[in-house]
Amino acid sequence: MTSMRCEQAPPGPLPARGGEAAAGPAGPEAIHTEALTRCFRDMVAVDRVSIEVRAGEIFGLLGPNGAGKSTMIKMLTTLLPPTGGRAQVAGFDVAREPTQVRRRIGYVPQALSADGALSGYENLLVSSKLYGVPRAERRRRIIDALDLVGLADAAHQLVRQYSGGMIRRLEVAQAMLHRPAVLFMDEPTVGLDPVARRAVWDHVRRLRTMWGTTILLTTHYMDEADDLADRVAMMHRGHVAAVGTPAELKAATGDGATLDDVFVHFTGASIETGGTYRDVLRSRRTARRLS
Amino acid sequence: MTSYAAAAPRGVSLSPRGAAAFLGQVATVADAEIRKLRHDPLELAMRAVQPTLWLVVFGQVMSRLRGVPTGNLRYLDFMAPGILAQSVLFIAIFYGVAAIRERDLGVLNKYMVSPISRTALVLGKALSAGVRALSQAVVVYGLALLLGIHAAWAPWNVAGVLLLILMGSGVFSTLSLAIACLVKTHERVMGMGQIMTMPLFFASNAIYPVVLMPAWLRAIAALNPLTYEVDGLRALMVQGGTSTIGLGVDVAVLLAFVAALVAIVTRLYPRILV
Repeated sequence: MTSMRCEQAPPGPLPARGGEAAAGPAGPEAIHTEALTRCFRDMVAVDRVSIEVRAGEIFGLLGPNGAGKSTMIKMLTTLLPPTGGRAQVAGFDVAREPTQVRRRIGYVPQALSADGALSGYENLLVSSKLYGVPRAERRRRIIDALDLVGLADAAHQLVRQYSGGMIRRLEVAQAMLHRPAVLFMDEPTVGLDPVARRAVWDHVRRLRTMWGTTILLTTHYMDEADDLADRVAMMHRGHVAAVGTPAELKAATGDGATLDDVFVHFTGASIETGGTYRDVLRSRRTARRLS
Repeated sequence: MTSYAAAAPRGVSLSPRGAAAFLGQVATVADAEIRKLRHDPLELAMRAVQPTLWLVVFGQVMSRLRGVPTGNLRYLDFMAPGILAQSVLFIAIFYGVAAIRERDLGVLNKYMVSPISRTALVLGKALSAGVRALSQAVVVYGLALLLGIHAAWAPWNVAGVLLLILMGSGVFSTLSLAIACLVKTHERVMGMGQIMTMPLFFASNAIYPVVLMPAWLRAIAALNPLTYEVDGLRALMVQGGTSTIGLGVDVAVLLAFVAALVAIVTRLYPRILV
């Protein structure tokens, strides 16, 4: 986070440093931001970020706690209005057409989004109604979704009795029930053991294969980004320091570089730094409820 | 700073189909709450303690005084609608705490990123609080049987009482939501609730008629939505009960409060996340 005064954020796009490629012939961009900015009082959490995510891509937003990843996701999911710049998601402007954006996105937040006091089935039922899934289709879709994430047997248990991995899988099913064009996942594997993490990664890949869903995920695990993402953006103190495929970024950094080295190379900081009290509290809380 | 709240109601059009979709969204939000209560009904049982104490202890003692001019009603009959309104108030005024909790857990995100109208979301929350409040009617009607309170059992009387409870609960739960959006923490919402409950209760006609009040307090009581809720309940809930304000006015005032507060909370609700 920088201490720059918010009013000074100049309008207009600023290209990110690093390997930003032009949108390929693959199709329209699923996400497009221009100088997207969010201030809290005079602190700049996200500072003139311009990124493009292509349709069908798995895109990783990397950075330490407090880098501005969650604020980015909140703006792109219409939860938080930007204070500067523009963002389009699935072809609609997040500030001017939020309802259109909401119809086309799914969101797996870092905090709990499944209701522990309801069963898995009921959680999906509520979601299917919120998204206007036709009554005749609801049951079929919910059962299919629970099957897909391996929760068919636990469908009628209260979610508070689920394990952390089960909750995450339910949340993925919940966010995909209405077949969104773009899925946002904020730190999807924080607090999960290695086996459960792999299971979540497999689900993410399967969603893309089955429906061509564009997926934007934030993470501070470099191995996760390396394994899962087609391209990554490295965020540091509200800025995007580098964008590219993991292979490109590693090649640009040097022989035998890991993504950790890439991060140090482009930001001059270690991934372990950063994070306010509130960030740390939130990720610990998430870790606790999922373990 | 741009605001999403202004654009949000556009999610639902004014056509009959749009209206049905809107009501469906309201019902969806409230349905989630009803399902939770079905899974854990113990909470409602604990809510029975307070009205029981007021009617059994306070009411029994006060009814021996015969000092309160309650017209043709016995004091306990006079007081029962007041205590019902009070326990509805006590539940609703802390509804903001549930909203903060839902935000802290993250469950609110699920509703906020969905395409449902923000107005439907707020009305659904008000209705959720109302469903909890209805449990108090069961408690107070039950006590009426035990204590020999002369309740009016005609179906339309009971139906009217339930509707008034939903309206009264709607006023105070949306007031609590508005406060939650502004003060943002669990502790402060609790504090504000505690600051407000007793003044709202005592500056109303719940346990004594307005005619006993000094002029300044009477003026406050006239602005207090609880007064209109109690007045309506008194007309409908007990045999021989009458409205001193007029049932139509009671309903109109309560609906006006609900409409204004829902409009305010619709604008404020996204702020609870920041």
